[in-house]
Formats: sequence, structure tokens, C-alpha cells
Amino acid sequence: MNAGRGPRVTREEVERIANLANLSLSEADIAKYARDLREILHYVDQLNELDTDGVEPMAQVLHAENLAPLRADTPGPSLDQDTALRAAPLAGDRHFKVPKVIDR
Amino acid sequence: MDDYADLTIDSIRSGLLSKRFSARELAESALRAAGDGNDVSGAFLSFTPERAIAAADRVDAAIAAGADIGPLAGVPLAVKDVIMTAGEKTTCASRALENFVAPYDATAVQRVENAGAMIVGKTNCDEFAMGSSNENSAFYPVRNPVDRQRVPGGSSGGSAAAVAYGYTPISLGSDTGGSIRQPASFCGTVGIMPTYGRVSRYGLVAFASSLDHIGPFSKTVKDSARLLGTIAGSDPYDSTAAHATVPDFAANLNPDVRGLKIGVPREYFGDGLQPAVGDRIEAGIATLERLGCERVDISLPHTRYAVASYYLICTAEASSNLARYDGVRYSRRSEESDTLRDMYRNSRAEGFGPEVTRRIILGTYVLSAGYYDAYYKKAQEVRALIAQDFEEAFDEVDAIICPTSPFPAFKLGEKTSDPLEMYLSDIYTITGSLAGIAGMSVPCGTDPQGLPIGMQILTNHFQEQTMLNLGHAFELAGGFEGGAVVPRR
Repeated sequence: MNAGRGPRVTREEVERIANLANLSLSEADIAKYARDLREILHYVDQLNELDTDGVEPMAQVLHAENLAPLRADTPGPSLDQDTALRAAPLAGDRHFKVPKVIDR
Repeated sequence: MDDYADLTIDSIRSGLLSKRFSARELAESALRAAGDGNDVSGAFLSFTPERAIAAADRVDAAIAAGADIGPLAGVPLAVKDVIMTAGEKTTCASRALENFVAPYDATAVQRVENAGAMIVGKTNCDEFAMGSSNENSAFYPVRNPVDRQRVPGGSSGGSAAAVAYGYTPISLGSDTGGSIRQPASFCGTVGIMPTYGRVSRYGLVAFASSLDHIGPFSKTVKDSARLLGTIAGSDPYDSTAAHATVPDFAANLNPDVRGLKIGVPREYFGDGLQPAVGDRIEAGIATLERLGCERVDISLPHTRYAVASYYLICTAEASSNLARYDGVRYSRRSEESDTLRDMYRNSRAEGFGPEVTRRIILGTYVLSAGYYDAYYKKAQEVRALIAQDFEEAFDEVDAIICPTSPFPAFKLGEKTSDPLEMYLSDIYTITGSLAGIAGMSVPCGTDPQGLPIGMQILTNHFQEQTMLNLGHAFELAGGFEGGAVVPRR
């Protein structure tokens, strides 16, 4: 990427992203988010001013391992099925119900 | 109870034990004040009267029986609506969860109730805690208690306002990039982002998991110290809740701060800082020097890259966390879909507001094939440099003092058209979030228009006691203690 210039974000690209994120967008939304995305990507482009060769990405916030030990992997009580299903928009026969998955 | 709005944890305790009032009366006062005020304030999305009264009756019964009462006994408390409360709605201020009733309590909720607190309601916020003005609530905005044409800050605007309006002496919020500290600053309250890992996030609806915190709001530093001490500590239900000793922050409060080295980072006093805010913070630093602190001018050289790094990381994590809202298990389902795929797409489009959608799109983009290294990995490398700035600074100083926000509360609608400008309002809080250190905003006077200004105190990982001591000493010296509820107009 060229520093100081945001990448072009086409409407096809926003459509592709919306598709990956399972979001249906109107034509007007696609144009708006393409603009927003371009502006934000232009702004974050300044990170390329920094030489980060050899810098380890910060993937952990709690550094010391003894601060966050994993507990023993033993089963314990969990949400029961009725409680877990209670907030479902559509449930029945002790299952979540969904529209048809395969179109034939 | 004429003085209800000025009560603190200590004055509630002594009032209860001397039988000046009952917990039931306190719960009713809180519910009345918050309920009557909500048309104007917009601070609450729902109320939990049965829960509050049940908690009150437990406290009153304990007092009548001469039994011990908990450290938060009879204290009315408001909870941000991104924190789960079993059997009560938890909407995240989103249409996607408009009717969602939480199946279990967050650990923090369980701990405050075990300590005797009475939860009176769930507070308004930006949708899924994404925003800096509370204007992204899907339901209604919150109005700043000092000037109702202005925002309360965000995303925990309702929790800050609940304290500042005098509805509850303490509240819980969440802070990802400044969402507790910035509204505390805008409303004139104390607000704390604890060290990453200090407080369990079990039951906090996830936004950006490497940055999310639960933390307290209050009128006084001591009350926040008490509330923080109550909710802190490891939790078998959250592997990121640190196994670190939790001091009794409130009992240990020590206003003798002589000899502490306070770092003043020059990058936080440059372009974009409103002069009135800069003046108040300089006066605040002078107060700390008078109290015996030693000022050290420092540099945090990567500060200017923080907002860019943050918005790549938080949106990437958000796009992943919010994938769970599929319209199947607990979130809104669109009625208009024949196939599963359409149901996902329509449910999410109907459920999410524009800012949440924008962040999911940005986050999905930066994580998508071909862009990961250029954006997400780069942002994580820069995050490491920002954390290293702080590490080096804390070799030299005990705390860092700076503004919480570059400006006081802005007008409703002032920044809604420009997402980037809104993001930049978090410029001084985001750095600490990325580093995972502790931060607090304390009231530091007002600008010429009477709008509150917050001073930020940052300390190293798990060094909250030093931060609290400085804040406590500062409010005592500045005359801010005692719940000086902000003037209303």
C-alpha cells in the first residue's frame, strides 16, 4: 500500500465482505459503507510509517502464565436444555428450529 | 429521604445500622428517582424492581437479626445492559437482543449481590458498547446531567449518568477503548477501567475480548475502590480472570502520596486538546505536586498510532464475536426468510444498527484472506510497541497523569456524521486499553461553561492501589469528595 492513500474499496468488495459476514445490505448501504471503509482504511494506513520488522505481535494481554492458569478439564454443571432453549426465537422437540438448509 | 442523591456506600451503611432508613426505603428511593427521571435522562433501558426489593428485604432481615451485612449492603446499583442479569432483559441496546432475557448472572453481578447491593435497573449504552456518545443506542439517547443538549459520553453513558443524576451511588459499566473513563469524565463522576484480567468478564456480552473490562462508576474514589474490590478476582468461569491477589482497596486507601513519581506524557498535551481542558489538567497536576508528588515529563512515542491500531483490532474481534447473532439461539430472527442463509443475513441486517454494521464490515475486511498481515498483524505489532512505551515509562514513574478526553461533553448530533471523528474522541483512553494497564478518570473541575473535565490516572498492571490513592488524595485536596452531584440545568 502507498502511505497516505487509502486503498480503493469497490462496491463489489463491500458486497463480498457483507456476504462473508452474513449481512444483507441495501444498495445505498453498500455505497455508504464503501465510503466509510475507504476513509477508515486511509486513516489506518499511517501504521505503515512504523517499521515493525522483528516486533512480536501482541497476541496476549496477560503476559505471566501463572496469572491465567487453565483449570482442570473436569465436567461440571452447565445450562440445562430448557434454559438454553428458552431464548430461542423458534424451538420445539427440544431443538432449535431453523428454515430449510438445503434447497431442492 | 432528602439527601438520597448524596449518599455514599459509607453513609448508607451508617444510616442502615443506626436505623435512620431501611434498605427497602433506599431501594424505593432509587427506583422512584431513576424512574421519574428517565423520560428526561434516558439513563435506563429497564428497571428491576423485584430484584431490588428482594435484595433490600434480605439486608433488612439481616439487620433485624443482628447478623453481619455485606460491604455493599443496601447500596442501590445500576448495571450496564451489556452485563447479564438472570431472568431480566439484557439488550445491549440492540434490536438484535431487544427481547433477550439472560439465562444466568454475570460473575460481577453475582458478587455485588452477594455483597448486599440492590440492582435497580439496566442502563442505556451504545449498541454492543460500540460508541463514544451513547447515540448508537437502538432505543433512545442519554442526556448529559449538566447540559441536556449534550451527550453523556459512551459507551457506558447510562451508567455514568445514573450516578451523576443521583439515581444510584454506584454503577457497573464496561470499558473497551474508554467506555467507562470517557463518560465518567463527561458526567463528572469517578470511573475505572481495571487492569486487564482483574475482573471476570463471565456474563459480559463480548465485544473485543482482548480489550473488554467491567468496571465501576461512583461519586467518590472510595466508593469505586469498594466496588472494584468486590468484583475483582479470579473466576473458574473466565480463564482470563487473573489469579492475582486482590487487596482491600478501600481499606488500604492512603491519601499520603508524597514521593510518588507522576509521569506527564507530552503526546497527550498537543494538537486537538482543548485549551480549557489542558489548563484544568495542568492545575490538577500542580495539586498533586503540592501533595508531594514528583512530576516527571515523559514521552509515549507511539501514542499517535493508537487509534488506528485499536480500530483494526477491536473491529476484527467484534466481527468474530458478533458472528454468534444468527437468529437461531437467542437473537432476533427475521420473519422474511425461506432459507437458512437468508434468515442469517436478514436477521443480522434487521438486528444491527449502522455503527455495529460498519465495525463488522471493517473487521471482516481486515481479517479476510490477503489483508490479514497488512492490517490485523500490523495492528498487533503496533499494539506491542504501545505496550512497550508504557512498560518503559513505568520503569521510571509510579503513575501517568493526562486528560481523559481532549474535550468536554459535545452536543447531541455533533459528531454522528463522521465515524472517524467520533473514534478520535477516545484518543487518550485507547492507549491504556491496548496496553492492558489500569486507568481511572477523576473529576477535575469544569470548563468555563460548567462542563465537567476528567483527569486520567494510569498505573501499571495490577497497580490499582496506587491509582486509587492518587485519586483519593486528589479529590480530598480538590474538594470533590462527598458526592458533589453536578449542577443541573
